[in-house]
Amino acid sequence: MSKDTAVAVKQPGQHPEPRVSHARNVRGMGWGFVVKLLVMAVINALGISIIMSAFNVEAWVILGASVVLLVVADVVYFTKRAMPLKYMLPGLVFLFVFQIFTLGYTGYVAFTNYGTGHAGSEQQAVDAALIQAEHRVPDSVSYPLAVVRDGDTIGFAINDDGFVEVGTADEPLAPVNGAAVDANETPTEVPGWEIVPRGDLFTDQDLQNTVVNLRVPVSDDAEDGSIRTREGQTGAIYKSTMDWNPEAQTLTDTETGTVYEASASGNFVAEDGTMLPTGWVVTVGFDNFQRAVTDTALAGPLLKVTLWTFAFAILTVLTSFGLGLLFAMIYNDQRVKGRRFIRTLFILPYAFPAFMSALLWRGMLNKEFGVINDLFFFGADINWLGDEWLARFAILWVNLWLSYPYWFLVCTGALQALSGETMEAAKIDGAGRWRQFRSITLPLLMVSTAPLAIASFAFNFNNFTIIYMLTEGGPAFPGTSGLGATDILISAIYKISGVSGGVADYGLASALSIIVFVIVGIISAVAFRQTRKLEEI
Amino acid sequence: MRNKFGIGVAFVATAALIAGCSSDPEPAASASTAPAASTSPSDAPAIDGTGAELVVWTDAEREGALKAAAEQFETDTGATVTLVQKNFEDLRNDFVAQVPTGEGPDITVGAHDWLGALVTAGVVDTIDLGDKAGEFQEVALDAMTYDGQLYGLPYSTEAIALIQNADLVGDTAPTTWDEMITMANDAGFEDRPFILFTNGASGDGYSAYPLQTSFGAPVFVQDESGSYTSEVGMGGENGEAFAQFLYDNGAKGTGIFSDTIDYDTSNQLFADGESPFIMQGPWMPFFDDSDMNLVVSPMVSAGGETAAPFVGVQGFYLSSQSNNALLANDFLVNYMATEDAQRTLYEADPRLPALSALADEVSSDPITAGFVASASAGVPMPSIPEMGNVWDLWNAAEIQIITGAEPVSTWDNMVTELEKSLEG
Repeated sequence: MSKDTAVAVKQPGQHPEPRVSHARNVRGMGWGFVVKLLVMAVINALGISIIMSAFNVEAWVILGASVVLLVVADVVYFTKRAMPLKYMLPGLVFLFVFQIFTLGYTGYVAFTNYGTGHAGSEQQAVDAALIQAEHRVPDSVSYPLAVVRDGDTIGFAINDDGFVEVGTADEPLAPVNGAAVDANETPTEVPGWEIVPRGDLFTDQDLQNTVVNLRVPVSDDAEDGSIRTREGQTGAIYKSTMDWNPEAQTLTDTETGTVYEASASGNFVAEDGTMLPTGWVVTVGFDNFQRAVTDTALAGPLLKVTLWTFAFAILTVLTSFGLGLLFAMIYNDQRVKGRRFIRTLFILPYAFPAFMSALLWRGMLNKEFGVINDLFFFGADINWLGDEWLARFAILWVNLWLSYPYWFLVCTGALQALSGETMEAAKIDGAGRWRQFRSITLPLLMVSTAPLAIASFAFNFNNFTIIYMLTEGGPAFPGTSGLGATDILISAIYKISGVSGGVADYGLASALSIIVFVIVGIISAVAFRQTRKLEEI
Repeated sequence: MRNKFGIGVAFVATAALIAGCSSDPEPAASASTAPAASTSPSDAPAIDGTGAELVVWTDAEREGALKAAAEQFETDTGATVTLVQKNFEDLRNDFVAQVPTGEGPDITVGAHDWLGALVTAGVVDTIDLGDKAGEFQEVALDAMTYDGQLYGLPYSTEAIALIQNADLVGDTAPTTWDEMITMANDAGFEDRPFILFTNGASGDGYSAYPLQTSFGAPVFVQDESGSYTSEVGMGGENGEAFAQFLYDNGAKGTGIFSDTIDYDTSNQLFADGESPFIMQGPWMPFFDDSDMNLVVSPMVSAGGETAAPFVGVQGFYLSSQSNNALLANDFLVNYMATEDAQRTLYEADPRLPALSALADEVSSDPITAGFVASASAGVPMPSIPEMGNVWDLWNAAEIQIITGAEPVSTWDNMVTELEKSLEG
């Protein structure tokens, strides 16, 4: 890699004609140009090394995208014309790489059954079924073995208790005279065959795969099984109970006669409904979206989760905004002494990492050992995190504690920006405190804070950290959904995706992510439109 | 060169043909008669596998050990072993995601309870240890066995055991639940004679499992080969007796079990000497830095039968899409399955060895011996995908009973729900 980079760094310097000449036309070699040249050299080096590694691992999509991006970058920064793009390009590139691509891929997965049991292609599922159905014959010993070849024909020579026998895929094992073996009993010389050196087996992958897949029948009777080697030195007798028919797309269990057919849902299914364990990825249309609303085990809990997600996000914004504003107004009053110091203290919860705070609160809310029960409730066993409604309350409480300092900060700033004249005019007009607040302060405050409130809503809608660190979504709903009373959509998606273990369903999880994306998108769009009206005051 | 060779082959073939016509098969000329023949495997003709590359995924703890173990292999074969380090938690999903695309490794380190997911994803190959299989502990092989086939090379086992604070209750290990509680009560620990980890209010069937199996109520029934079937085994009388036991010692009974014990709490209570007994694994921090006198022994039986904990096994899996299958098998079976390699792994990251001889060797340390004894009484944690349906229901039922729900009906409901979810 370092070598690639070294070569690549020179690249811009080696072919500088259009760039340098263009630059000279403009302003000569100013410092700005040198810096630009250096930055672009680094970017080109990086880009070319990515392109080269993408080529090495044959990742054509990444290669194509990298080439396009690099060419665009060079064109934009070394020509005069694309002035606005010079500012926008970095943002656009990040948008493409981290948003559009991720979104597109999530969209694709949402229409498949990708997950536990459906991970690869149909051919890979067939491979797996054949692997799973091939058993070593119980009383088979291990034979010292050598891989032999005669032209293109590959065979095995085994040492059966001093007698060397040779066979190929088509020719069952037959004794050979005049062979020699070494101290390990491995055949070293087989008349009529050339021994393949082990080094060749390891370095030639095609040969290696041929050997791995070679089965040499023990006799003319298939029932006797066939010799197989795993590491090229010993062989043992194996028997497969599964037969693959590529034309009919069926796997047949040769022992029971059961025929497993490839189904549209990406499984091999027998007539009686039994399924082979390994399936493959197929596109399933809108099934995942449909399941989210119709699957009885899932739909009920998911509906509750959705309602709680809205309640959680809205209540969090309202409570923390309210409390933050209240404190901001109190500590904005000139009469309060030591305001600066107190304000600093208020910001503290905001300065701690949220997940640490959540973990601390989890300990403090412990029914038996937590300080909350011990200090404030006389040691009563209040089950803060184990009861459905108390757990929801605890989540809101802790999130309030975490997020009101933010609103305190924002509102303090906004209050200080309000013009004193307006307030004074209101006072002269005889408005009381409440009237002043409702008619003047709040509307003016909303102009600057409403967009932040929407952003805060969108953030809390997907506030995974607090849920996972405080309750892990629990207490669990009865049933098998695995979801719990404090799960919000994003933590539910995490559980369904199976990233944390258990049965994974990436298809369903992706479908739900898209639904969440659409919900948040619509709400934000509508709400931002509404905030424009606020500005018309 | 090639021509000469061809002539040679033709010549030998002709000779063979003539010889083949003659008579019965004759034994091959053995090397022992040839004076120049080699006598030990290490002197075997050098293999030139230069250029071949084996990619192995590992986590940080095992990287050093694997590097050391791979050295001999690299010298012998000329192949290179490339180690790719990942977080242990990421290995499973990455392996499932990347093997089908052809970007996966040849070998990965892994835990046995991933096996169900790996098999249904079709990303793992079977492995044949041959005669070496006998050298491993049975429970380790059972764990790596799925539907009658061995899928991985085991190297370590882990299980929870009963840990007692000898400073508080003496160093005699109890054998039954009643005996243990009496010992604790006599020493003045009526309030908290024993700590059962419940993961707070979430419940933890894993930690209570030895107690459950002592009532004869396994999660799933095992067939003769040691593989788990999808038949639920915790219903019926035995399961109900265990549920009753949980209830009797829960919030509405003796109060020994509670729903407030999460990981840090349990560590702290035991380390502070608040309770003389705890059931936990070798990963507990107080083994490293304590001057407590600890005694580790298999869990006591509460229901009369053997208290069998879940055993977790770690090992190496082979990719089903590997293009270096011969090399990878050679590496696993002939290098990693040897006592030397397994010892190197143990020294780098001391987990209970899966290799019987090595397990005996490290059992000279009494604490390790206690965990080894507990693990060898255990059963592998089921790796079948059905286990995914169990945890949520099982943990929830356990914690509900501990906090005072009607035991028999709660337990039976859980079993019925579970069976229903497995059917459909």
